[in-house]
Amino acid sequence: MTRLEEFYEILKDPAAYGRKLKGEGRRKIVGYFCSYTPEEIIYAAGAHHFRLFGTGEAVHLADAHFQAYCCSLVRGALEGALAGHLGFLDGAVFPHTCDSIQRLSDVWRMNVKGPFHLDVVLPVKLDTDSAKAYMSDVLHKFRSDLESRLNITIGKEAMQDAIRVFNRIRGYLGRLYEIKAEHPGTISGSDLHTIIKASMIMSRDRLLEILPDIVTDLEKKKGQGDKPSGKRLVMTGGICNHPDIYRIIEEAGGVVVGDDFCTGSRYFEGITEIKDDPVAAIAERYMIRPPCPAKHAGLFTRAGHLVDIVREKRAQGVVFFFLKFCDPHAFDYPYLKASLDREEIPSIMVEVEDQLPSEGQLRTRFETFIEML
Amino acid sequence: MAEKKTESMNLVQEIFLYFLAGIRRTLLRFKKRKKIKEILTVYYMEAKSARISGRKVAWITSGGPVEPLIAMDVIPVYPENHGAMIGASKMGTDLCETSESMGYSTDLCSYARSDIACATVNGGPIGGLPRPDMLVCCNNICGTVLKWYEVQARYFNVPLFIFDTPFCHTGFSEEVRRYVRRQLDEYVLFLEEACGKKMDHERLSNVGKLSLEAQRLWQAVLDTTVNRPAPMSAFDAFYHLALIVTLRETREAVDYYSRLLERMNDRVARGIGAIPDEKHRLLWDNIPIWHRTRWLSEKFASHNACLVADTYTSAWCGSMKYIDENNFFDSMAEAYTRIYLNIGVDEMARMVLAMVDKYNVDGIVMHSNRSCKPYSLGQYDIAKIVEKERGIPSLIIEADMVDERSFSESQVATRIDAFMEMIKAMRQ
Ligand code: SF4
Ligand code: SF4
Ligand code: SF4
Repeated sequence: MTRLEEFYEILKDPAAYGRKLKGEGRRKIVGYFCSYTPEEIIYAAGAHHFRLFGTGEAVHLADAHFQAYCCSLVRGALEGALAGHLGFLDGAVFPHTCDSIQRLSDVWRMNVKGPFHLDVVLPVKLDTDSAKAYMSDVLHKFRSDLESRLNITIGKEAMQDAIRVFNRIRGYLGRLYEIKAEHPGTISGSDLHTIIKASMIMSRDRLLEILPDIVTDLEKKKGQGDKPSGKRLVMTGGICNHPDIYRIIEEAGGVVVGDDFCTGSRYFEGITEIKDDPVAAIAERYMIRPPCPAKHAGLFTRAGHLVDIVREKRAQGVVFFFLKFCDPHAFDYPYLKASLDREEIPSIMVEVEDQLPSEGQLRTRFETFIEML
Repeated sequence: MAEKKTESMNLVQEIFLYFLAGIRRTLLRFKKRKKIKEILTVYYMEAKSARISGRKVAWITSGGPVEPLIAMDVIPVYPENHGAMIGASKMGTDLCETSESMGYSTDLCSYARSDIACATVNGGPIGGLPRPDMLVCCNNICGTVLKWYEVQARYFNVPLFIFDTPFCHTGFSEEVRRYVRRQLDEYVLFLEEACGKKMDHERLSNVGKLSLEAQRLWQAVLDTTVNRPAPMSAFDAFYHLALIVTLRETREAVDYYSRLLERMNDRVARGIGAIPDEKHRLLWDNIPIWHRTRWLSEKFASHNACLVADTYTSAWCGSMKYIDENNFFDSMAEAYTRIYLNIGVDEMARMVLAMVDKYNVDGIVMHSNRSCKPYSLGQYDIAKIVEKERGIPSLIIEADMVDERSFSESQVATRIDAFMEMIKAMRQ
């Protein structure tokens, strides 16, 4: 199996991978939502954190708990749990972001039997001193909660080691993105997406074994035999669960050279400093990381960041990629679009439920858009 | 040029409004039985002529800490109350469509959508809200208000204060108390800067007392419906609620609710019910379907069913227990954080159970409100808990509080009929 195949294999059936890890019995397995989960703390606790995405299967069981106007990520995640696919989890962590995740946490706690359930109620503001102090308080509390649930103590060294591990992982993922932006033909969009997404699920020790080789290989490969690459695009939204979108864009004559996604650069951007209080250092990264729209970090921060990515990646257009019923992203759309318009950056908006719209229809829309660039 | 003209026209209008408001307020003072509509009219006229009287206007969320604004002489304006007025006057669909043409998704909260649209066209039943000098957003009801107020802060280019009340899934922690308490100080600083004067803490504590008094009276009014027949229904409560939302810290609200309480007690004493022949008692959950309140009220009355209580109007006094009258300022931290929507679904279910018992209801009518995720997601679980614990059935009505396009009258009518048949059968 090539290294890439290993990533694809994991994403094909994440639950099977979870069960396998569990079978190895080395680490407790903690499910998590959202890129504001303090993964360093979970890792330092000797546990493995396993990102939960929607199952992609048709939703039946979750229908008894959530209305149809709830986003497919939340409905799909609950479906997976109720269908018993996630029996390998030793616990689940819910950082507070949007109204839907907030209620998912409640309904999960009330209906999914699992050894533990932790809420991490982050501040909604990221731009005041009191919010920063509170962010640090909440993460400290998470650490002690985790200690008591797992019956261990998490030492300072373990925390600092974990921070190093994740800084390295983020460094490699960031490098992959740079290579993609420099020489888009070096790696396909769906391969890159698969690596990023699988890296939120797979054993982080294993991940650190293969990432350096992947980066080295691509460094060698880059520049050689570049396929004629298409018009440079940046994608933005919440999470992207649809690797096919990259292929469709490429076939329509585009290439994604950067993003503002939680299954993309929001996941790995920002380095955590090694400090005397490692937990406070993690809190600091959250305060400066590119924000999720469910958080407030100034009135123009997200637009500024998006325009910066477009400039930095020398992109010609932007694809907004939204999940239907996702309020925080939908609210930001008009202002983000207006900011792009002011800079004369063309954009297109695609909204998906749990499945992509028909491929033909998508292809035509992308072709028209890309032609216009 | 055109802009200048409208500007001076606005000024003329505002001066006119200012004097009119003065006259109407004086007239109102002599009136014994004030109507809510008259009180609100004067309130909106005063708010719209704030520039003339030199007062500042703050837009604030319905669950936001309003007492410090009053203590600073700032006029609070509630876009959500405005949204309810838009819905009740059936002007919501048009405004929602306008917001869609601005790029806002149809799936977003319709209060937010209609308000965002209204600000740009000055439409709606009162020709738009007065322009804000500042925005105060408290996220104890939802995350939507954060996004909505960001939109308005960009549009009006005015300062925004975010009062962040962390969600209480299972309780209230010390870190949260510290954080929210610190923000109270930041809030006061924000207001002092915006108004150019110091906060008068004694005045604030008096405002707090008045607000608490109004909340107590409001709860007492709602409590009168434990009687059989209930002297008023939830539909009446939706109407009388307006003052507790917009003017809860005023003598007017206290007077109004004192009189309302007397009236209700009198009806109880004389055995007069809200509907002619109360046979079935129901509990309403979620925000009213503003564009169909009369229709729903008549529909249920035709089955001799009275909606005697609801989870919505009582939310304005649900966290009274956390207020310390002698230390109002400090206790605001907990009281504003632990409100009905800012708690876990299981705690909400416990509160619903308590209401089921208190008001002795036979069934629950849940408005599954596609606008409001924090209120609606979790309803199915609450319904199941109530069914299991008390054997009481629920009816779920799919709708939207403002946007009429999500409402099918015939479908809802059929479902209400079927539900009422079931309730009748259960009672035999
Ligand atoms: S978009 Fe927001 S809520 Fe979603 S994963 Fe990212 S940070 Fe979390
Ligand atoms: S941020 Fe959007 S996609 Fe993510 S859980 Fe919330 S509503 Fe769903
Ligand atoms: S989402 Fe719900 S709580 Fe929030 S403003 Fe809309 S109706 Fe009110």
